[in-house]
Amino acid sequence: MNLPSEFVPSYYRILPEIIMTIFGVIIMMADGMIAPKNSRRSLGWIAVLGTLLATAASVWQLGLAPGVGYSGTVQTDAFSVFFHLLICGIVLVSLLVSLDATKAATEDMGAYYALVVFGAVGMLLMTSAVELLLVFVGLEISSISTYILAGFRKKTGKSPEAAIKYFLLGSFATAFFLYGVALTFGATGTTRIADIASLLPHSSTPSLTWIALGMIVIGLGFKVSAAPFQVWTPDVYEGAPSPVVGLMSTAPKAAAFAVLLRITYDAFSTLHAHWTVLLWIMAALSMTIGNLGALRQQSVKRMLAYSSIAHAGYLLVAFTALSRDGIAAASFYTVSYAAMNVGIFAVVSHVGGYDDRLTLVQDFRGLGYKAPVLTGALAFFLISLIGIPFTGGFFGKFYVFTAALHAGIVWLAIIGLVNSGIAAYYYLRLLVAVYAKPIENSGVMAVPAISWTLAVALALTVGATLVLGIAPGKVLGMAQSGATTLLPAAPPNSGPDSTSPPALAVNR
Amino acid sequence: MLDDLILTLIVLVPLAGAIIVGFLPRKGKLIQGFTLAVTLFSFLCTLHLPAHFHYGHTGFQFEQDAIWIANPEIHYHVGVDGISMWLIVLTGLLAPLGVLASWNAIETRTKEFYFFFLLQQVAMYGVFISLDLILYYGFWELSLVPMAILIAMHGRSQGGRAAIKFFIYTFVPSALFLVAILALYARTQTFDFVLVQQKLGSQPGLFGPQALWFISLAFLFAFAVKVPVFPLHGWLGDVFSEAPTAMAMVVSGKLGIYSILRFHLALFPAQARQIAPLMIALAAIGIVYGALVALVQKDLKRLLAFATLSSLSFCTLGIYTFAASGLSGALFHILSESITGAAMFILLGLMYERYSSYDIHQYGGLASRMPRMTVLFLVTTLSLIGLPILTGFVGEFLTLSSGFQVNHLYGTIATTGVILSASYMLWMVQRVFYGANSPMVERTTVPDLFLREKLTLWPVAVLMLVMGVSSTLWFRAIDEGIAPLATQPAATTAHLEAR
Repeated sequence: MNLPSEFVPSYYRILPEIIMTIFGVIIMMADGMIAPKNSRRSLGWIAVLGTLLATAASVWQLGLAPGVGYSGTVQTDAFSVFFHLLICGIVLVSLLVSLDATKAATEDMGAYYALVVFGAVGMLLMTSAVELLLVFVGLEISSISTYILAGFRKKTGKSPEAAIKYFLLGSFATAFFLYGVALTFGATGTTRIADIASLLPHSSTPSLTWIALGMIVIGLGFKVSAAPFQVWTPDVYEGAPSPVVGLMSTAPKAAAFAVLLRITYDAFSTLHAHWTVLLWIMAALSMTIGNLGALRQQSVKRMLAYSSIAHAGYLLVAFTALSRDGIAAASFYTVSYAAMNVGIFAVVSHVGGYDDRLTLVQDFRGLGYKAPVLTGALAFFLISLIGIPFTGGFFGKFYVFTAALHAGIVWLAIIGLVNSGIAAYYYLRLLVAVYAKPIENSGVMAVPAISWTLAVALALTVGATLVLGIAPGKVLGMAQSGATTLLPAAPPNSGPDSTSPPALAVNR
Repeated sequence: MLDDLILTLIVLVPLAGAIIVGFLPRKGKLIQGFTLAVTLFSFLCTLHLPAHFHYGHTGFQFEQDAIWIANPEIHYHVGVDGISMWLIVLTGLLAPLGVLASWNAIETRTKEFYFFFLLQQVAMYGVFISLDLILYYGFWELSLVPMAILIAMHGRSQGGRAAIKFFIYTFVPSALFLVAILALYARTQTFDFVLVQQKLGSQPGLFGPQALWFISLAFLFAFAVKVPVFPLHGWLGDVFSEAPTAMAMVVSGKLGIYSILRFHLALFPAQARQIAPLMIALAAIGIVYGALVALVQKDLKRLLAFATLSSLSFCTLGIYTFAASGLSGALFHILSESITGAAMFILLGLMYERYSSYDIHQYGGLASRMPRMTVLFLVTTLSLIGLPILTGFVGEFLTLSSGFQVNHLYGTIATTGVILSASYMLWMVQRVFYGANSPMVERTTVPDLFLREKLTLWPVAVLMLVMGVSSTLWFRAIDEGIAPLATQPAATTAHLEAR
C-alpha cells in the first residue's frame, strides 16, 4: 500500500469525490424509479451511505504518500484530508437532520439529496485542488447546488427570494474570483498554486498581482460571508430551509476558508504584507458588523446569520498571525464552528419546522418546559457560540487569539474579544427565552418529539463540541500537521520579531 | 494517596451528581434528596482539607499537576493554600443549605434546577483550586452559565433581564481578562500560576511597565465587577431580587475577593500598590453609599443587596491596605459575610414562601406570629451589623483598624458605615417584626419554622457565634496564606503618603 508518491494512481487522490459523485448519480437514477407520491427517505439513506464511504476514503487517503495527481492539479495531504473529514462530517449530520426535517413524500426530495451530495463533491474538490481553475470548478459545483437548495421551499415567498439574491450576488463573487485567477495567470503564466508561489516574486507586473490577489480575496470573502461582502447572508439564511442553512453556513465556508488558506499562505505568501492588511480590516469589520447586526435581530435565523458573519471575522483573525499556529487555529476554528452551528441549526429546524412555524426569539419562549433535552442541546450550543470554556467555541477562540497575540497583533485581539463580549448578549436573549416560563398556548407546545435520526445528529454535534472543549488535542494535532504541509519552512516573514507586525502597518 | 486526589474528588462529586440528576425521574422529592446527599458528601470531602492541612508549610498543598492539553501547554494544576482552604469549606457548607432552602421553594423544573445548581458548585470549587490560568478562567466563566440560566428560569418577574444583565456585566470584563492572560502567556510561555508569578518576579524586563499596568488592570476589572466593588455594582440589585435563594447566596463576594487576593495581589504586587489609594477610596465610598442606599430600600432583597455592597467593601478596604491584619481580616470577613448573607437570604426566602412578598411596608408585627424565626433573624442581623462576639465583628474590626492606619480620612468615613449598617438593619427589623400587625400578617396564618428550616438555620447561627468567639481557629491558615502578600503597614503608609 505504501507506494511512493509518484506511483500512486491519480484517482486515489480524488477518491472521496469520485465516491460522492457515484452516489449522487445513483440517487438521481433511483429517484426516477420511486412513484411520485412515495416517501423518498431511502434516498436520504443512500446519501448517508455515500458520505460514510467518502469519509472512510478520506481517512484511507491519510495512508497515501502525500503528493499530487492529474498533472499536479489535485493534492492529498494532511491539510486536504482534514477538511475532507470536516466536510463529510457536516454533510452527514445535515443529511440526518434533513431526513425528518423535510417532507419525505414530495417528488423534489430526490433532487434535494442529490444536490447535497453534489454540493459536497464541489466542496471536497475545493480542498484537494491545488490549481486555481480546478478550485473554481469546485467552487461553482458547490455554489450552484447551494443556490438551488436555498430556494427549495418554492411555495413560500422568502425562499425563492433568498435563492435569487444568493445566486446573483454569488455569481458576481465567483466572477471576481475567476477574474483574479485570470489576472494571476497574466502575471505569472500559471494557475498552479505551487508555481505561482515560486514565480510571483519574479513577476514583471507586481501591481497586476496585487489586483489579482484583491479579486480572489473578494470572491472568497463573499463565500465565507466576511464583511464587507456579507449583505446577502441574513436574507438568504432567513429564507432558506433550516437544514440547508445548517449545511451552507458551515461546509462551503470551511471549503472556502481552506482555499483562502492555500491561496494566501501558499500562492501569495510573498505578498503577505498586502493580504494581512486586507484580512485585518475584513476581520475587524466582520466581527463588529456581525455582532452589532445580530444585536437587533428578532428572527432566530437572521440572528444566527449575523453571528456567522462575526465568526468568519474571528476566523480571519487567525490568518493575520502569519504562522503555522495561525493556520492550525483557523482550521480548528472551522471545525468547532461547524460542530456548534450545524447542531444549533438541527435544533432550530426541528423546533421551527420545515416551513418555519416559529421564527422569532420570542416564539422559542418556554421551550425548556416542553422539550428539555432539545433545549439542553440548544443551550449547550449557545454557550459554545458565546465561547464559554469547556466547549469547542472556547478553544476555537482561544487558539485564534493566542496565535494573534503571539504574533503581536494586540489590537485585533482586543477588538475580537470585546466583540465576543457583546455577542454574548444576543445569544443570551435566546438562552433566556427558552428557559423562561412559556406563554399559554404558545407554538412551542406543538414541537414534535425527537426522532432517533435527529437524536444521532444531536449526539454527534454535542459530542463533537464537548470533545473539542475538553480534549481538543487530537483535532488540534491534525490541524497542526495540516498546517505543516501548508507552511513547511519558516513562516513568510520568519516570525513576528523580524519585521514590524502587520497590525502596526494598518495602524499607520 | 487521598491527599493527592482530594481536590479532584471535591470537583468530581458534584459533577457526577449533576450528570446523575440529569437521568433521575421527576418524581416526588427524589431529586432534592439525591442532591442533598451529594452536597453533604462533598461538604464532607472539603472537611478533609482543614483536617490534614500542614501548617507552617509554604506553598500549595494537596497539589496535583498533570498536562491537560499539550499545545499550548495547559495543565490540570490544582492546589490549596491558606487563602483558598476555608473558602472551599465554605462552598461545601453553603451547598446543602442551598438545597434545603430550595426544597419547597423550587417546584417546577426541579431537574434543571438541581443540575445547574450542582454545576455551579463544580465551577466554584474549580475557581478556588485551579492553579493554571486557563483552567481557572474556565471555571470562572463556567460559573456564569448556571447562574444566568437559573435566574432566567426561576426569577420572580424580571428574571430574563436580570440574567442577561448579570452575564454581560461579568462576561465583558472577562473578555479583556482573557486578552490579559494570553498576553502574559505570549511572554512567559506558561499558564501556570506559580511559574508566571516566578517569572514576573525574577524577570522584571519581561514586560514594559505600561503593558504590565494594563494587564493588571484587566485582571482587577474582571474581579472588581464580580465582587462587586463600587461603582461596578449595577447588576447586584437586580440579581439579588430575582435570583432564587440558593443562587443569590453564592453570587457575590467570595469568587471576586479570592481572585483579587490570589491573582491581582500575587502577580502584580507593584501595580496593586499603585492602584491601592483608588481602591481604598472606592471601598470607603462603597461602604457609605451602600449603607445609605440600603436605608431607603422598600424591598427586602434590594436592601440586602446594598447591605452586601457595603459589607463587601470592607473586604476591599482591608485588602488594599496591604497590612497583614487587613488582608486576614478581609479574608475572614468574606467567610463570615457569606455565611451571614446566606442565612439572611434563607430567612427572607422562607418569609417569601409564607407571605409571597419582599415589601417591607407590607410586614409588621411578625414577631408575634413567628417568635422562633425572629430570634434567628435577630442573631443574623446582629452578626451582619458587626456586634462583638458574633462573626461579623471580627472582619470589620480588622479591616477598619488597618484602613485607619493607612489613611485616617477614609478610615473615618468607612467607620461611619458601621453606624449606618446598624441603622438600616435595625430599622428594618423594627418595621418588619415589631409594631402593630400589618393587614397582611393579620390576614394570613402561617406556621413558624419547620424542622427542615430549623436544621438549616440553627447550625448557621451557632457557627456565627463560634466564628465570632474563636476566630483564631480560622486565622491560623488564613494568616499563613496571606503572609506573602502583606507588606509592613508602615511601608504602605509611607508609600501612600509619598503619592
